[in-house]
Amino acid sequence: MKKIINDPADVVAESLRGLAVAHADILRVRDDPALVVRADAPVSRKVAVISGGGSGHEPLHGGFVGRGMLDAAVPGPVFTSPTPDAVQAAVTATTGPAGALLIVKNYTGDVLNFETAAELAAAEDLDVRSVVIDDDVAVKDSTFTAGRRGVGGTVLLEKITGAAAERGDSLDAVEALARKVIGQVRSIGVALTAPTVPHVGEPSFDLGPDEVEFGIGIHGEPGRERIPLEPADALVARLVEAVVSDLPYEPGDKVLLFTNSMGATPLVELYLAHGIAERLLAERGIVVERRLVGPYITSLEMQGMSLTLLKLDDELTELWDAPVWTPALRWGI
Amino acid sequence: MGCTSEGVAVALRAAAEVVAEHRTELIELDRAIGDGDHGENLSRGFTAIVSALETEVPSTPGAVAKLAATTLISKVGGAAGPLYGTAFLRASTKLGDAAEIDVPLLLDALRAALEGVQARGKAVGGDATMVDALIPAVSAAEEAAAGADASVAGVLAAAADAADRGAESTVDLVPRKGRASYLGERAVGHLDPGARSTALLLRAFAEAAR
Repeated sequence: MKKIINDPADVVAESLRGLAVAHADILRVRDDPALVVRADAPVSRKVAVISGGGSGHEPLHGGFVGRGMLDAAVPGPVFTSPTPDAVQAAVTATTGPAGALLIVKNYTGDVLNFETAAELAAAEDLDVRSVVIDDDVAVKDSTFTAGRRGVGGTVLLEKITGAAAERGDSLDAVEALARKVIGQVRSIGVALTAPTVPHVGEPSFDLGPDEVEFGIGIHGEPGRERIPLEPADALVARLVEAVVSDLPYEPGDKVLLFTNSMGATPLVELYLAHGIAERLLAERGIVVERRLVGPYITSLEMQGMSLTLLKLDDELTELWDAPVWTPALRWGI
Repeated sequence: MGCTSEGVAVALRAAAEVVAEHRTELIELDRAIGDGDHGENLSRGFTAIVSALETEVPSTPGAVAKLAATTLISKVGGAAGPLYGTAFLRASTKLGDAAEIDVPLLLDALRAALEGVQARGKAVGGDATMVDALIPAVSAAEEAAAGADASVAGVLAAAADAADRGAESTVDLVPRKGRASYLGERAVGHLDPGARSTALLLRAFAEAAR
């Protein structure tokens, strides 16, 4: 394992310290439990939007704390969900009479810990709701698994609900909007190499030099199948087909296309893949109206990418375009 | 003869040692079908329990179990934190204010722990989870408790033996809960790390009670 770290046990805390000094104008980092909160929190009369989960997916979620997006992010240890008391602390730090929306990715640990936290918050008379995002089309049948995972769609969900909360929507409205986004967003990922969790010290799975894992999760959990590495045209076509056929997205649909690096895939390859994806969507009559390209929901140093499609309407487009000022996403201000 | 709060503390310290000894093994088991954090997470939780017990051992077995529960919930995270935390919390509720754990109380606590884990994790037998170790452990404990000279140590030993066999049975199963479920058929042939850690914990409790 070659990493720029000290003690593996201190990786998250030391990284948060760096995040805090790098973005002191936007956010604050609190210790014990570790939290990332907006510098101006609690923002009065506004629904708080809170998310969190295991670390190792940066800039998710801490990088999305700020005006127009998240009020707080709760970082767990690497690839491990935070505990309920940490989530509860985030709620307490950011939530007023307008209530809070918790955005939870569909992983057993995240769901269990956030569920417990929501119960604790309810006991304090705070109006806290949760939505679970499960946009990963690689997981087919939820009867036989823990269900579809929350992956790339999380970034878009956080942006759009954050914008709605910022403009003053009620908790009912923000929650309904979140459920609408979850219904219209789909993703799939592919891995070329495995990530190495610092405290584990070796790659999370073994992949041959000519193999890729198709349908990977953001922790390197396996997906649909293991296939031989193929040229980008074929690989991206496979990704597009998997996502488009799931909702399905129809000719004439307006969409946001999000091409994400899992950490180690460089922008040269990512833009290459994005170009192919746009061409393939155009061939299907699907209209790409908005784009996001870059490493936004990563898996440590895993090589690979994911594609996310969100079906847009005027409201979603307006909320996507709304001003945002966070470490990792900023425009319109 | 029953088990006092000091006895429960001894069992938890023994469990912490066992978890530390098997940290790498649990990481490896989890790496094969999950993301490799199970050993690290449990180790963090039980280390925290041991340091909490250094400050003060609560006066009843129920209170010690509750301390273990809250520590696991607030230190472990992941799925293991809420699941093991709930198990200890439900057990502590059954133990109530009793000064000692006798055989009937132990059975109540074990049954409550199993019910709690199933309520939280929604897993049933055959899903290849810790429940596959716990269900046979509780059945074996009930059988052992029915014997004429049943003891806390004897019941726990029977539970630990059954949990070992139950954990082994997960090797042949297709996981339907947790991270391993994403592997589907490809997870067959692998021991479930949660079932393994449940068996290890019960064995540590049984050894401590001897």
